[in-house]
Amino acid sequence: MSTTATTIARAPSQPSGGARAFVQRLRHGDEIAHLITLTFAAGILLLTSMLVYELWVNSHLSRAKFGWLFFWTRTWDPMFGDFGAAPFIYGTLITSIVSLVIAVPLGLSAAIFLAELAPRRISDSISFLIDLLAAVPSVIYGLLGIFIVVPLVRTTIGPLLINTLGHVPAIGKLFRPPNYGVGFLTAGIVLAIMVVPFIISVSREVLLTVPRDQREAALALGATRWESTWQVVVPWARTGIMGSIFLALARALGETMAVTMVIGNDPKIVASLLAPGYTIAAVIANEFTEATGDLYLSALIELGLVLFLMTFILNGLARILIVATERGGGHP
Amino acid sequence: MDRARLLWRKSLNGVMLTLTGVSAFAVVSVLFLILGYLLWNGGSSLNWDFFTKLPKPVGETGGGMANAIIGSLKLLLLAALMGLPVGLLAGVYLAEFGSKTFAFVIRYTTDLLNGVPSIVIGIFAYSLVVLPVKHFSALAGGVALGMMVIPITVRSTEEFLRSVPGSLREGAMALGASKWKTIATVILPAASGGILTGMLLALARVAGETAPLLFTAFSNRFWSPGWGQPTASLPVMIYTYAIAPYDDWHRQAWAAGLVLLLLVLLANLGCRLALSRGGSARSV
Amino acid sequence: MRKTLLVVSLVLGLAVAPSVQSDATVLLNAAGATFPYPIYSKWFDVYHQQHGNIQINYQSIGSGGGIRQLQAGTVDFGASDRPMSDEQLGQAKFKILHFPTVLGAVIPTYNIAGVTGELNFTQKSLAGIYLGQITKWNDPEIANANKGVNLPSADIVVVHRSDGSGTSYIWTDFLAKASSDWKSKVGADTSVNWPVGLGGKGNEGVSGLIKQTPNSIGYIELIYALQNNIPYGKVQNAAGKFVKADLAGVTAAAEKASKEIPDDFRVSITNAPGPASYPISSFTWLLIPAQISDGAKREAIKGFLKWMLNEGQGYNEALSYAKLPKPIVTKELKAISQIQ
Repeated sequence: MSTTATTIARAPSQPSGGARAFVQRLRHGDEIAHLITLTFAAGILLLTSMLVYELWVNSHLSRAKFGWLFFWTRTWDPMFGDFGAAPFIYGTLITSIVSLVIAVPLGLSAAIFLAELAPRRISDSISFLIDLLAAVPSVIYGLLGIFIVVPLVRTTIGPLLINTLGHVPAIGKLFRPPNYGVGFLTAGIVLAIMVVPFIISVSREVLLTVPRDQREAALALGATRWESTWQVVVPWARTGIMGSIFLALARALGETMAVTMVIGNDPKIVASLLAPGYTIAAVIANEFTEATGDLYLSALIELGLVLFLMTFILNGLARILIVATERGGGHP
Repeated sequence: MDRARLLWRKSLNGVMLTLTGVSAFAVVSVLFLILGYLLWNGGSSLNWDFFTKLPKPVGETGGGMANAIIGSLKLLLLAALMGLPVGLLAGVYLAEFGSKTFAFVIRYTTDLLNGVPSIVIGIFAYSLVVLPVKHFSALAGGVALGMMVIPITVRSTEEFLRSVPGSLREGAMALGASKWKTIATVILPAASGGILTGMLLALARVAGETAPLLFTAFSNRFWSPGWGQPTASLPVMIYTYAIAPYDDWHRQAWAAGLVLLLLVLLANLGCRLALSRGGSARSV
Repeated sequence: MRKTLLVVSLVLGLAVAPSVQSDATVLLNAAGATFPYPIYSKWFDVYHQQHGNIQINYQSIGSGGGIRQLQAGTVDFGASDRPMSDEQLGQAKFKILHFPTVLGAVIPTYNIAGVTGELNFTQKSLAGIYLGQITKWNDPEIANANKGVNLPSADIVVVHRSDGSGTSYIWTDFLAKASSDWKSKVGADTSVNWPVGLGGKGNEGVSGLIKQTPNSIGYIELIYALQNNIPYGKVQNAAGKFVKADLAGVTAAAEKASKEIPDDFRVSITNAPGPASYPISSFTWLLIPAQISDGAKREAIKGFLKWMLNEGQGYNEALSYAKLPKPIVTKELKAISQIQ
């Protein structure tokens, strides 16, 4: 296409090759435009590479001292210079998993409602409102977390869980006192509210792409509406839905403010979800400006690198899955 | 037997379908809950002082967040100046000029940048802009926010450029316009509505970011002159005041939260309405 | 096009306008301890009213933050309740001077349903609680010192600082002196490996957590408890007496130090001798670089220090910080000349 346009625009005879040709081509707006936009696009590449480079270089001290042990070490002792990522990786994963356990059923069922049951107009307006929920800044979620969710968990939800599920064997370990109101569960609840709009919005879109005849075939065979949805439509879209879950997970992993305001800031690995904990993002936010000593700062930056890698992998997986569904139709 | 099974299936059907409806409304009601709570707690604290006065010393009641409001606006301006042109031009490259492999690499990198937690971007901006000049500054905060604006802008620009109908392009070319002329005078204007709303959405998204500002723009109890000094911002003030014990500070945190939320929601509302009128509404 | 230009220049103008000021404006950025934050923010505010062209922007990010940012050179001066160690001074590329500003007290504060009065805390009880060895409020170690008070059998919720804190240093320094167990297991520093507890950010964050969490205990600077109406207890001092934190107790604790304070002003007065001494008292310091190349900033800082040592001290007591003893003030005024 571009060759045609430039051929028409170029009136005089053109030289064949070499530097002169390049300069000649440069005179034409197309090449300049190409070059300029290319430069800016490459700029993004440069910026991102610099980011990874800075993270890598500035965490050098910590990586050299601790090596792979950094991932398993459970102590975080600025006084004696002993740092380990284990409590933070644990906290980050647990809060994200808790948030998914709450958000996935809620989000998926809301997406089903919006894609399958609601009339188009209502579905569109409710989706619209849910997209607005995704725009709420995280510090506001933190604000509400402190003043609404924390007291709720402390006075109502916590004791309820301890008294009921706490006595069930196996999962009972998850709901043991003490219960302060701040902790893994509270952070998980706040995160769930934050990521549910992503799950709904993407799941709804992929559910809408499932071909009509799939549904109709199921209904023709005598399935109820629910059976047709749950046993035919959803499995068809399952890779896309999985993608949305990964997306939500990636968002939850990196969330800083809302979590640090409600998690209790205690770097410990504890089974009970009602106990206080710590996440990578939260510890960086709390301790970065005051990490006295280069090893301390380096350890915090290494944590940043770990978080970056986690989100990197998850985002990649999410994109692949979502694209696979939208193109292929989600065949198993 | 058959009838019992049928009854079971029918009741399951009814129950599950109702549950899905309940979920959808539950999620939507959270939005109204947030808005309502902020209005209830913050509305009464929104007075003239809040918008015009500086913060008072610790423990004294009164004062306002005038410097934080201006600070946030300045940071957004910087983010816009730095991030939007990059996002726009990169989007043009991807939509119009991109070569197969390089475009793929750029797209992947942009998605990567989008997924980087904002706190990590804060670390980067700190080592890039704060340390060399030994100064916290609004500029550093703007750089951090600008980096976050880029991926969203790239994606929406590319999408809207691609959505311009082929007939417009071909018409321009048939009239003898070169490629860049076509882009500049026909395609961009055609997609401008969508692109501008994409930019506004990107800015609304970073307006509420707190983490990257903690060690770049820092904070300031006074007005922040120019771009090279630390500056207060709404999200950081909300955070600082919310975790403190002073009731007056809590009151002000609610008010600030309300202001921030209204600004962000209005921007989003406006953009999405404009988009849905002009074409298909795309979620970012 | 014109409209856009107009709008853009209007916005730019608005952004810069409030900050337009005379050329003589001196902007100082400082960061550090939350312990003295109430008095510092009062001082900087009053000083700015009196000298309109000098703005001192102080951010309370914790003593650790003050030391770190000063070492990195991103602030003009820092503030810390923990004097910098020789190692930290060595890490800075330039010489740093310590200037004590006020005397304050760190108190054990609590939120126990039904208990509104003052509890007595022995040295062993505080160490035991923070080591996680004493877990219930009606533990004998606490109960025996508080006969007549109805202590619940509830679990103690321990609260400490999540950030690098001079207040933490003062508290752990006291605990290390009170308990050899604490000294060997945890130690005294701005950031330690806390055996138990929730972390709050700043004195503000800890106060906030205490207020909202029943059966909790935490340590904060005196003024935060007074400003927020949180009850606090008496602590047993080295002489065995239970003393409540107040101006007299803190001043008594500083008495020995005021006569023997070293030239660099770095000293710890926790667990001070004397029957009237409050055992968890401390100085807090401004950390000033010995060489400031910017003339205007240098004069502004020196001027502020002089003001702080004279007129500024008059504001201390209203916010429950004790005044610096006279011998120390005299010594400091002489030391200001070291700033070049």
